[in-house]
Amino acid sequence: MLTQPEDATRVALDGCVRLSTVRAGDSGEIVELRAESHPDGHGVDVHELERRLLEFGFVEGARFEVLHEGAIWRDPLAIRLDDMRVALRRRDAEDVWVRLDAK
Amino acid sequence: MSEVVMRPARVALVGNPNTGKTALFNALTGSRQKVANYAGVTVERKEGHAVTAAGRSLSILDLPGTYSLRARSPDEMVTRDAVLGKLAGEEAPDVVVAVADATNLRLVLRLILELKAVGRPMVLALNMYDIAQRQGLRIDIEGLQRELGCPIVTTVATRKRGIAELTAQVDALIASGALSTDNTWHEPSAAELRGAHGEAQRILRAYVRPPERPDTFTGKVDSVLLHPVAGLVILLALLFLMFQAVFTWAAPVEDLVDGAFGALGALAAQNLPDGLFKSFITDGLIAGVGGVMVFLPRILTLFFFIILLEDFGYMARAAFLLDRLMGAAGLHGRSVIPLLSSVACAIPGIMSTRVIDNKRDRLTTILVAPLITCSARIPVYALIISAFIPSRTVWGFANLQGLVMFGLYAAGILSTLAVALVIRRIFWRGEVEPFLMELPTYKTPSVESVLRNLWQRAEIFVNRAGRIIFPLTIVIWFMSTFPGPPAGATDPAINYSLAGRLGHLLAPLLEPIGFNWQMTVALIPGFAAREVAVAALGTVYSIGDADAHVGALADQLAAHWSIATGLSFLAWYVFAPQCASTLGVVKRETNSWRWPLIMFAYMTTLAYLASFLVYRGAVAVGWG
Repeated sequence: MLTQPEDATRVALDGCVRLSTVRAGDSGEIVELRAESHPDGHGVDVHELERRLLEFGFVEGARFEVLHEGAIWRDPLAIRLDDMRVALRRRDAEDVWVRLDAK
Repeated sequence: MSEVVMRPARVALVGNPNTGKTALFNALTGSRQKVANYAGVTVERKEGHAVTAAGRSLSILDLPGTYSLRARSPDEMVTRDAVLGKLAGEEAPDVVVAVADATNLRLVLRLILELKAVGRPMVLALNMYDIAQRQGLRIDIEGLQRELGCPIVTTVATRKRGIAELTAQVDALIASGALSTDNTWHEPSAAELRGAHGEAQRILRAYVRPPERPDTFTGKVDSVLLHPVAGLVILLALLFLMFQAVFTWAAPVEDLVDGAFGALGALAAQNLPDGLFKSFITDGLIAGVGGVMVFLPRILTLFFFIILLEDFGYMARAAFLLDRLMGAAGLHGRSVIPLLSSVACAIPGIMSTRVIDNKRDRLTTILVAPLITCSARIPVYALIISAFIPSRTVWGFANLQGLVMFGLYAAGILSTLAVALVIRRIFWRGEVEPFLMELPTYKTPSVESVLRNLWQRAEIFVNRAGRIIFPLTIVIWFMSTFPGPPAGATDPAINYSLAGRLGHLLAPLLEPIGFNWQMTVALIPGFAAREVAVAALGTVYSIGDADAHVGALADQLAAHWSIATGLSFLAWYVFAPQCASTLGVVKRETNSWRWPLIMFAYMTTLAYLASFLVYRGAVAVGWG
């Protein structure tokens, strides 16, 4: 399994945050997708999750805007991703690193 | 139509979900379509026929929507295998029609690049082209055609525009003898997916100019419908309306159906000589068909709402709002509709699990749906409560009988959530699939498509589920009738029948939970449907028309049963799979006997355990 140490991640993605931490109204650009997090019982391995995210359009360079957050624990997220609207749970968004626009 | 009759050309429709693929399929085939299942899987197979202007006959397959040929669900596997020509019992398509939402091309372009690698002759249908035009979106169709190397047709499926052009292009491809090139498709790696995205992006930039007037309607509606407070209030109001409708609108029609079959039975009873044949016609045949048809009003009312909301684009929003709530029990946001539908009846509930795309979530929902207190339990609960629970006020405001009824409903809901969690642990090792879902743009549902879809649901239920429910009803009639009572018999006839003997045989098994043999015997015809237990108890206690004399029956039960036995019977009905129709529908929906058997086993076990605990507990406090 190709996992990188937590520290290296932080250094490599200075100024970026995980998509799982964004709030409604945030917008920005996807900087990098990584196959590294291991939330409990994902049902699929990290590489499969990466490919599913890619197939939904979570790809480096894509623009996004957080439209809504779910009513309970602000989860899931409703995101405008380029031209389409997508919903995903925060736990599945951990490996999407984004750069937020200045507000 | 002068051409020699030959094998119709095979056309497969492939595309992302929400691209109007099914609308295009309907526009192409009209009413000439057939809904079935693919061999061995639960995926719905929709096939239809069309004839081109040149007279060529086309056999059109509407494949499940997908974002990728790298299949992740049984539905998507069908699409992949059908396109690759590897699906058992299916020939490879002669032409693939890629269906795209003209206003949302990015993802479908990547899918089209995958389809190109498969090498089958392809036509691209740019659907919803009117919306693209209204938004001022410009597509250089000539250029895109050259770039992709396949003909492009613009269509508006809901208005049947561009359909003749599409079939003409398919015809031209076949007539030109376009053959499949080598299949170079393989499952793409993450790097290849990124590469394909880059390629799709380049094509998009080169040939598509973004809309001048992008759609703002969906965004505006979403800011209300997805609002944490307003959204939930609207959702609850909608659900309330839906289930009110299933209970109240469907009920008169149901009474009508019930009354019609009752009248038919009475007519037959008047005109037939007494005897076995009469009993078979009235109690077996007519009651059996009636027992199937009586579900139709509920199913159609519920599906009317579901199809309408799905076509409008609301279902994905409901799933979004409730995802976390259901997630706590290991279920999917989309499980809410089937589970709430089960309050009326588990059968439409289980049929509506089709809105759940993930197979595991769907199976879990199917397995727990019958635990929700359905309306057929009400007569049984009402009878036992009126017999054993005194109608008195507790805590100053609550009626004890009402409180017990509430408790039974709560027990149903709690056990549903608990069993869902356990199923996830046992069968799927606690794994939760990633939840990624497109929130489609809102669209006005078309009357024609809603009606066609409703008709198909009715057909599926009567044809398939009916084929299982009806024979089961006949078997239960047979068992309760044969053999007949000997001459001079004093006990009720059912006592001498197979059901009666089986009841006596099973009685020792159910004795530890406080059931006497009369109850065990009544459970067997009661297997036809839960409410039948009331009539069956009436039969074994020789109360003529039990439904009409519930009071008399309740007095009998109060005289013959202890309180502990009554409570135990209630506990039994919370869990027991006393409904052959539900098992029949589960068989139909999962396409295997495995799941109805698992359901029967776990529900019977739960029922036995619950009744045992309740009975022993009640005896211990002196209610024996």
